[in-house]
Amino acid sequence: MRAVLAFLRNTWRGLTAMRTALTLLFLLALGAMPGALLPQRSLNPRSVDEYIADNGWWGRFLDDLQFYDVYASIWFSSIYVLLFVSLVGCLLPRTWEYFKQMRAKPVLTPRNLARMPHHATAETTASPQAVIEHAERRLKGWRKVTAEEEDGVRTISAERGYLRETGNLVFHFSLLGLLIAFALGKMLGYEGQVIVQANGGQFCNSGVYNYDTFRPGLRVDGTQLNQFCVRVDDFDAAYLHSGQAESFRADIQYQSGADLETGTWRPYPLEVNSPLRTAGDRVYLLGHGYTPLFTVTFPNGQTRTGTTQWRPVNEVTLASEGATKFDPPDVPDAEQRRKSQLAITGLLAPTAVFRGELLDSGFPAANDPAVAIDVYRGDLGTDSGRGQSIFSIDQKMVADGKLAKVARENLRQGEQLTLDDGTVIRFDGVRDWVSLQVSHDPTQVWVLLFSVLVILGLGVSLSIKRRRVWVRAAPGGDGRTVVEVGGLARTDQAGYGEEFTSVSRDLLAHEEES
Amino acid sequence: MPTATLATYSDWTYGAAVAIYFFAAVLYLCEAAFARPVKARELEFVAAGGTQADGTWTPGRVTKPEVSRAERLGGMGAALTVLGAALQLGSLVLRGLATERAPWGNMYEYGSLLTLAAVVTWLVLSRMFPVRRLGGFVLVPIVILMFLGGTVLYADAAPVQPALQSYWLVVHVSVISVSSGVLLVPGVASVLYLLKSSGRARFRKLPDSDVLDRLAYRSTVFAFPLFTIGIICGAIWAEAAWGRFWGWDPKETVAFVSWVVYAAYLHARATAGWRGRPAAWINSLGFVLTVFNLFFINLVTTGLHSYAGVGSP
Ligand code: HEM
Repeated sequence: MRAVLAFLRNTWRGLTAMRTALTLLFLLALGAMPGALLPQRSLNPRSVDEYIADNGWWGRFLDDLQFYDVYASIWFSSIYVLLFVSLVGCLLPRTWEYFKQMRAKPVLTPRNLARMPHHATAETTASPQAVIEHAERRLKGWRKVTAEEEDGVRTISAERGYLRETGNLVFHFSLLGLLIAFALGKMLGYEGQVIVQANGGQFCNSGVYNYDTFRPGLRVDGTQLNQFCVRVDDFDAAYLHSGQAESFRADIQYQSGADLETGTWRPYPLEVNSPLRTAGDRVYLLGHGYTPLFTVTFPNGQTRTGTTQWRPVNEVTLASEGATKFDPPDVPDAEQRRKSQLAITGLLAPTAVFRGELLDSGFPAANDPAVAIDVYRGDLGTDSGRGQSIFSIDQKMVADGKLAKVARENLRQGEQLTLDDGTVIRFDGVRDWVSLQVSHDPTQVWVLLFSVLVILGLGVSLSIKRRRVWVRAAPGGDGRTVVEVGGLARTDQAGYGEEFTSVSRDLLAHEEES
Repeated sequence: MPTATLATYSDWTYGAAVAIYFFAAVLYLCEAAFARPVKARELEFVAAGGTQADGTWTPGRVTKPEVSRAERLGGMGAALTVLGAALQLGSLVLRGLATERAPWGNMYEYGSLLTLAAVVTWLVLSRMFPVRRLGGFVLVPIVILMFLGGTVLYADAAPVQPALQSYWLVVHVSVISVSSGVLLVPGVASVLYLLKSSGRARFRKLPDSDVLDRLAYRSTVFAFPLFTIGIICGAIWAEAAWGRFWGWDPKETVAFVSWVVYAAYLHARATAGWRGRPAAWINSLGFVLTVFNLFFINLVTTGLHSYAGVGSP
């Protein structure tokens, strides 16, 4: 039993020693580094997969060691938990010490002031009593004690800069607070992305299924999202000649709280850098792209319009890819329908540039939209049970011969093509879509508050020095008084020299006049 | 004046500043090479203007230092450095006028702000500490950084993309660049400290290691809270621009790592057994990370922070 206790005590001591804290700080720095150098799942799962594929066993080995999820890994968590424990273990005794110090008196004047890092001496005709009284006046704002030694020697011991320790404790406690608030935010928060058409498309935060992707915190099951709705009326982008974006704005309307009952919509210009904050959530404008509009006129005269968003493959020119899919109208028989589904895939260029037959996009704005499309007919595989991407067709169906390419054309806005069965496909132009992100983090104001305290504590603890001054006035021969001044900075000597010089000059020089 | 002309003048003053720093560096290096090795105590006495560094006040003592030829070279170097800094400031102001925004929107521009901060820090510190002859060691990396900035990383004067159109650009980037620039000085001082304290005769002309240590500490203590403020402003901005205040983006990660390293430096300096050379190693590492963050993370990895404006269409 005793051995166990001794072990625990030693572990605790070792853990809370400054040396250990330093080592842990280094481990934290070292452990965080791979996250900057290797692709991370939380940021870009696709590049993680590529990296693993490119690096064989080494890539898989790194995966086993959680190197692609550094900040959620067991080893990284262990480092910061240990650092956390070490910090607490370090702070508790210091806080205790601090409260004792609040009332403590400065230490008595040492015998030999000449041994102090700062020291000066002079003789005066003033009495020791007068010297000390003068010193008390000069040392206003310092915490002082005066004392009498034998043979009429008088001393004063002064200290100031107690605020340094206050700042230091504020800093370290705020660091703890920040860490806790951060962790809580990760558990209670959520984040989801959704694409909304910019011609009145709506999104309501009523359930996880409304999102394209959704990342819940550990304590979020998605059943209790904050209720609000957003409608995107319009989207505007401005570009420089170089194609660099100059501004993005989505004109949206939103409703939350009581507005949901009354059906009131409130306008908001949603821009990069100015998210909508409502109902405790934030809505961001993350990106935008184009939806090509295709009107298909079937042989029986019925028309359908496809409005599926395509996704940009070039972030600069916004050349986009996608697949717009159609079911033939008025075909109740599933078997029959499956043979005559249509898909339009290919490339969409908001500003067309043709190199011969090859279409590319020259500019991100929709100045002269055109598409280079392949039209497929047959079974799209929507009933196959396999997950379907909305941006592409199922290549397996093509390989199985169930889906066949029936046309390939370049179409400018307003142009059309006719398939062998008389179906007409017209490209009507493009429409904007925006991608929105909804974020929820109930503790982020706490993180901010603690960050501000971190800065304040840091500023105070680094700019204030804890320092001491002692004065000893001893009666010398022939009625003169020998005055000695000693000084010591308790934390770091750097920078105390100037202040000590000025203090000691006042303490000594003034004596000569009196 | 048309903005294109302003931008051209800005480029010219930038080039002139680089050239002048170069000559200043040569002059400083000559001073360092030809000056006799002076006892630090003596130097400090001169610098502190009648007060010794240990605070001992001795009334009525006056010294009149004799100015050697080497020192005169150093004085010229210092004067040129001031001129160069004035030109570089002018170059930034002209950029700002030409683009009608804060002149730190791409890597060329904030590289310039960073090096200007380093030069100004150096000018201030070399008045507080007897270290003027080390100016060359500070200016050489600055000249290299500015040369790379003006050639490889150069970007034409232009507006910035939507994500950067925020007053947080003014706050976050300026605070981070200035604090990184200030941190260049303790980085150099720490490397020199390591050389000096290695005890080799070759480095005997360097100032006392004690002076170098205090120089490094003082400037780090000034820059570290600033760097912290810069990171926090970055987080506040990220909350508005990217949808979260912290997401372990590569740039954020390396900023965090260098922050931890500088915190470790401050702790090391207060821990028995870690003062001196270990602390100097840590500080040097901190600066290596700062430069790594500037170059590697901007140019090699892709993250949300890819606003360097290098090689954009
Ligand atoms: C991320 C973690 C930490 C950071 C960023 C940090 C930062 C700082 C800073 C900037 C100082 C001021 C240094 C100075 O006065 O020169 C300081 C002082 C101090 N810290 Fe920490 N700290 C951290 C963790 C810890 C831990 C875990 C411990 C204890 C085990 C600790 C103990 C101390 C002590 C004892 C001081 C006073 C040193 C002195 O000035 O005498 N710190 N800390």
